[in-house]
Amino acid sequence: MTDLSKLTIASARDAMRAGDITAVELTDQYLGAIEDSSALNAYSTNTPEIARTQAAAADARITAGDAPDMCGIPLGIKDLFCTKGVQTQAASHILDGFKPEYESTITSQLFDAGAVMLGKLNMDEFAMGSSNETSFYGPVVSPWRRGNDTAELTPGGSSGGSAAAVSADLCLGATGTDTGGSIRQPAAFTGIVGVKPTYGRCSRWGVVAFASSLDQAGPMVKTVRDSAIMLEAMAGHDPKDSTSADIKVPNFEAALTGDIRGKKIGIPKEYRIDGMPEEIEALWHEGAEKLKAAGAEIVDITLPHTKYALPAYYVIAPAEASSNLSRYDGVKYGHRANIKAGEGITEMYERTRAEGFGDEVQRRVMIGAYVLSAGFYDAYYIRAQKVRTLIKQDFEKVFADGIDQILTPATPSAAFGLGEMADADPIKMYLNDVFTVTVNLAGLPGVSVPAGLDSGGLPLGLQLIGQPWGEADMLNTAYALEQASGFDAKPARWW
Amino acid sequence: MSIDTETARKVAHLARIEVEPEALPPLADALSHILAFMEQLNEVDIEGVEPMSSVTPMALKQRKDEVTDGNYQEKILANAPDSREGFFAVPKVVE
Repeated sequence: MTDLSKLTIASARDAMRAGDITAVELTDQYLGAIEDSSALNAYSTNTPEIARTQAAAADARITAGDAPDMCGIPLGIKDLFCTKGVQTQAASHILDGFKPEYESTITSQLFDAGAVMLGKLNMDEFAMGSSNETSFYGPVVSPWRRGNDTAELTPGGSSGGSAAAVSADLCLGATGTDTGGSIRQPAAFTGIVGVKPTYGRCSRWGVVAFASSLDQAGPMVKTVRDSAIMLEAMAGHDPKDSTSADIKVPNFEAALTGDIRGKKIGIPKEYRIDGMPEEIEALWHEGAEKLKAAGAEIVDITLPHTKYALPAYYVIAPAEASSNLSRYDGVKYGHRANIKAGEGITEMYERTRAEGFGDEVQRRVMIGAYVLSAGFYDAYYIRAQKVRTLIKQDFEKVFADGIDQILTPATPSAAFGLGEMADADPIKMYLNDVFTVTVNLAGLPGVSVPAGLDSGGLPLGLQLIGQPWGEADMLNTAYALEQASGFDAKPARWW
Repeated sequence: MSIDTETARKVAHLARIEVEPEALPPLADALSHILAFMEQLNEVDIEGVEPMSSVTPMALKQRKDEVTDGNYQEKILANAPDSREGFFAVPKVVE
């Protein structure tokens, strides 16, 4: 038996190529670990038959010597990705029983590269949430606990199943999606690496849409090297997504030299916010010191419109969501409500959506409908899009001044307890994304790197923000930070 | 900008979401609260700023105007809650 807690995509790849372990053996071991993990609720659907078939095919390729890096690597797939013939519900009641007749471009690329799908991963409904508590499948429970306290914690969201599964060694890597922080925040909460690529780096085709101008898929894995390997397999131009960029995908792994001498790292003063725990402030400072010790130059910068990113996001994302989610009408797929005698199609639409969407999704769809409605469109939507331009210009200015990457905390706190925010107003939950949302609004790449533990023993992450299409350089700085931090904490197994 | 019960009813209908009358006042409060949060945007000087239309400026690719896909009616209907004779079936729309 392989010690899964020590295994990475890179080491599994090398071990399989060396013949030390087969993809079938590895897959069986992960399927067993998943069976024993129901307390975490990380997987929403298990696909053992698909996994074993893919693993056997991967072994044949590895034996034949033509195996790509991801060949035989067992993955979990977020429930937002359409997977042919396999339940895909975006963790929503409204997509009950939906089995796509097609495969998303990203999962196609991963499977073509030989990757193995262990199952689908739980998430916040339609990726709207920061704690996984909006899932129709019920919340994911983080494998992490505060010391000996048995209180259940959130793994973050929306890619909470992905984060919990990677952190608890229920897969070697997982796909995530990030509209306002949904890869980076859960990665930070669970002590793993999560990458949100430049908008257009990965195809959105076949990924259930939330806010199309902000959504981007990315890898969630244990190490920066693994993120480089998996991102390369996910990225690339797709004629089926007109917003995917026809730009060559570099060899991200080859960029990981760890040499960051002379790099200019910006520290934005606007990311020092009121009420942020001192531990996070200290972690941020230490992160900068480590990069400096590795030869980078630390530069104080200003991103003056940061404060307005969250309100702009909560106009733009719901507006796009209200449009995207109009397709769920009880006609084409999923749930359809019953209607009474004398009622017609409008009642069918309205009741289907009332029954099918959870509270947070309903709230956002309605906010979106409101800000797009006649008389309010200019006051809210157009204004927010103008503020978005200003936020992007803030970044363009600092990059033009020679800044290579920007270092910030990933989240304003460590993971909180499930149910802890139940009575809080929605905006308190939205504040989880305060450091990540600017990156989506500006279309930039960002990576969350585990950097330490708080006083309760919970992981904390730092975020690096890169230049557009600068993932390779950004990951190299993340690699240097990872090496200097030496983070190797794992959750103690209780499930 | 505060949302009253009547506006909440209209917004729910625009969004095609059924809301029971007794749920409208708390909905109006919730929406008003979120909109109040957005009011911060009014502090920003947006004079002369273009609204963003594309986050990564790029020319959309063009291709020949020809059929590249299709002819799978069964697949399209496979997930429909109700379909008949090759069509999606819905409650009666016209009398």
